[in-house]
Amino acid sequence: MFFTYLRRELAGRRRQTAIIAIGMALAIALVMIVNSVSTGVRDAQASVLESVYGVGTDLTVSQSPTPPAEGEAGGPRFEFGAEAGTTTDGSTEISQSRLSAGFGSSTFDDDALASVEGLDGVAAASATLSLMNTTFNGELPDFQQSTQGTDQPPADGEQPAAPPQGGFDGAGGSAFDVDSFTVLGLDPASAAVGPLSAVELADGRGLEASDNGETIAVLDAGYATSAELAVGDTIDVGGTEFEIVGTVSSTSADAATAANVYIPLDLAQSISGEEGMVSSISVQAESADGIEALQAEIEEALPDATVSTQSDLAASVSGSLASASSLISNLGLWVSLAVLVAAFLIAILFTIQGVTRRTREFGTLKAIGWSNGRIVGQVTGESLVQGLIGGAGGLVLGLAGIWAVNLIAPTIGGSAGSEVVAGGAGGREMVMQAGGPGGGFGDAVQSAASSAEVVLQAPVTVGVIVIAIGLAIAGGLVAGAFGGWRAARLRPAEALRSVA
Amino acid sequence: MYTLEHVSKTYSQSKRRVTALQDVSLTIPKGQLVAIQGPTGDGKSTLLQMLGALDRPSTGRIALGDAELSHLPDRKLAGIRAKEIGFVFQGFNLIPTLTALENVETALEPLGVPAEERRRRAAGALESVGLGDRGSHVPSELSGGQQQRVAIARALVKEPEVLLADEPTGNLDEQTRDDIMDLLEGLWRDRGLTLIVVTHDSAVAKRAERRLLIRNGAVTER
Ligand SMILES: Nc1ncnc2c1ncn2[C@@H]1O[C@H](COP(=O)(O)OP(=O)(O)O)[C@@H](O)[C@H]1O
Ligand SMILES: [Mg+2]
Repeated sequence: MFFTYLRRELAGRRRQTAIIAIGMALAIALVMIVNSVSTGVRDAQASVLESVYGVGTDLTVSQSPTPPAEGEAGGPRFEFGAEAGTTTDGSTEISQSRLSAGFGSSTFDDDALASVEGLDGVAAASATLSLMNTTFNGELPDFQQSTQGTDQPPADGEQPAAPPQGGFDGAGGSAFDVDSFTVLGLDPASAAVGPLSAVELADGRGLEASDNGETIAVLDAGYATSAELAVGDTIDVGGTEFEIVGTVSSTSADAATAANVYIPLDLAQSISGEEGMVSSISVQAESADGIEALQAEIEEALPDATVSTQSDLAASVSGSLASASSLISNLGLWVSLAVLVAAFLIAILFTIQGVTRRTREFGTLKAIGWSNGRIVGQVTGESLVQGLIGGAGGLVLGLAGIWAVNLIAPTIGGSAGSEVVAGGAGGREMVMQAGGPGGGFGDAVQSAASSAEVVLQAPVTVGVIVIAIGLAIAGGLVAGAFGGWRAARLRPAEALRSVA
Repeated sequence: MYTLEHVSKTYSQSKRRVTALQDVSLTIPKGQLVAIQGPTGDGKSTLLQMLGALDRPSTGRIALGDAELSHLPDRKLAGIRAKEIGFVFQGFNLIPTLTALENVETALEPLGVPAEERRRRAAGALESVGLGDRGSHVPSELSGGQQQRVAIARALVKEPEVLLADEPTGNLDEQTRDDIMDLLEGLWRDRGLTLIVVTHDSAVAKRAERRLLIRNGAVTER
C-alpha cells in the first residue's frame, strides 16, 4: 500500500513532483560542479606548488626580504670602465653577465640547514639558493670621436667636428639587450627533497653527488628549447661557462620547473658572491602529524626565518589560479549555497502546500483509522522520492556540467614564490656607467617567482557523488519533516468538513 | 451500543465560543438504524464526530461498548476507528490518485491485513456494492453515485460494528439518492450493523427505525 500510494501520488501530482525535483536537481548540480571545480583548482595549486617547492616538501624555510638600505642599489650593477669592450669600426661591443640573488628574495646563512637537520622530526632537508642571471649585451658608438671634438674647439675656417659614427646604426646610436634567466643552486647530493624532486629527466642526466664544485648545469627543458640550448652545449652563468649535462621537465602536467638553470650550490654561492648563503630550505617531516610541531620548532631555532607549510604556501599561489581559487571558494560557494537554500525552501513550501491541499484526504485516512505515524511516513516517503528524483537529475546535470568544464579545459596560470617587495628601493636597477652621450639607464624589474600554466581539470570524486546523493536525501527528509509535521497536526474531524 | 451521558461540545474560535452540542444523553442499541435530522449548523456533524471517535466531547461521557471514547488517547481512538467504525461522507472523500480498488484497500491498511487478502476482500466489497468491474478506475472516472458506492465499500470492507454516514446523499441526484439509501438499508439489514445517518431528507429519514432531531445542539426524539 505504501509504495502503491507513493507511486500514485507522485504520478498523479506531476507538477509538484517536477517543481521540487527540478529545484533540487539544479541545486545539486551546482554544488557538484562547484565542488569538483574547486577540487580541480586545489589540485592545480598543488601542482604549481609541487613544481616550485618539490614533492614531499612539508615545510619551507625562507627569510622575508628586507628593503636595501638607502644609497645601496638593490639589484645588480653593471659597471663598465671606459676601456671596456672591444672596439671595431667605431663601435664598442660590451657584454657582461651577472649572477645575483633573485629580486625580492633574501638569503641567509646556510648554518640554518645544519640547525634544521639537527631537529627531531626532520626526515630530510636541503638548501637551495635562488638566483637570477642577467646578461647585458650592448653596442655603443666609439666615444673617442666625440671626446676629441669637444676637447679641442674647432679653429676658424676648420671643418666642424665630424658627426658621430659607429654604434649599431653607424650614426652614434646605442643598442642594449638584457637577458635574464633564473638559476637555482642546489646540493646535488640531496635532490630527493626540494625543487628537483618534482622533475623528470628529459635528456642527459641529472645532478649527481659527484657534481659538487663542477661547472655542470641542468636546464629546464622548456627553457632549453626557447634558448636554443641542448645537452653538450655550454651556458654562461655569471661569467662562468657551465656544461649542460641534462634537461628536466615537470612531472605535473603542464607546469614548468622551479628554475631555468640548475647548478651545484657551492658554485652558485661563489659565483654570485653569496658565500655560505642560501635562500630557502626544503624540509621533509618524518610524519604528517608532526608538521605543525616541527614548524614551531624551526621557528624557535631560527627566529628570523619564515617557516611555511604547504597550506601556507598554497595561499602564496598567485595569478589567475588564485583568482579562480577565490572565485570558487567565495562566489561559487555562496551562489551554490544560496541556490541550495532556495531549492530546500521550494521543496519545503511545496510539500507543506501539498499537505494543506490534501487536508481532507489525510483527515479521511485518519478517520478510517490510519495512524499519525503512517501518514507522516507517507508524506516523508513522497518527499524523499521527490528529492531522490531531483538527486538523480542533479547527478546527471552535474556530471554533464563537470564534463563540460573538462571539455573546455581552461588553462590558468599561477605563480608561487617569494613575496615581492614593493617600492623602487628593492627594484632591479642596472646602472650604465659607460659615460658619454650614448650611455643611459636601463631598468628591468623581474620577479623571481616561478610560474606555471596549469590546465584545470574538474575531477569526479566519490565525494562529489556522495554530496549529490546526501543532499537529495537531506532535501527530501527536510521537506518531508515539514510536510509530515503539518500532516500530523491535522485533526481526523477534517474529513467531515463540508465540501468546499 | 452507544452510551452518551451529558455530552457537550464547545468550539472556541478566538473570542467566539460556539456550543455545538449541549448536554446530550442517549443510548443507541446495537443494530439500530438511526436518522439524525436538523437545520444546518445545529450540530449534526459534531454529534457524528463524537460517535465516530474523531473528537472528544468538551464535557460528558461517550462509550461504544466498553470503549470510553471520551477518555481514550488518540492512538487508541485511531484503533477503534480502524476496527469498529465505518464512515461515509457527503463528499465521498475518496483518495483521488488511487483506483477504486485501492481506495477500498486503504480501510484494511491500518489493520495489517496482508496484501493478497486485502485485495481479495476489497474486490469482494466492490462486488457487493455493484462495482465489481470498476476496480481499476480512479474516482474522477466514476459518477457521484459510483464514487459513493466505492466509499460505502471502503466503510464496509473491514466489517465494522457501526456505520456512520454524514449526509451520504447530499451531493447526489434524486434517483441515485434512492439507490444509495436502498444499498445502505440493505447492508444494514443483511449485516446487522448499527447505521446512523445524518440527513436533511425526510424521505430518507422515514426509512429509519428511530429519528433524532438536533436543534441548537440539543437532541430530541421524534
Ligand atoms: N472545528 C470547528 N471550530 C469551530 N466551530 C465549529 C467547528 N466545527 C463546527 N463548528 C460550529 O459548530 C456548529 C455545529 O456545526 P456542525 O456540527 O458542523 O453542524 P451541521 O453538521 O449540523 O451543519 C456550527 O455553528 C459550526 O460553525
Ligand atoms: Mg454537517
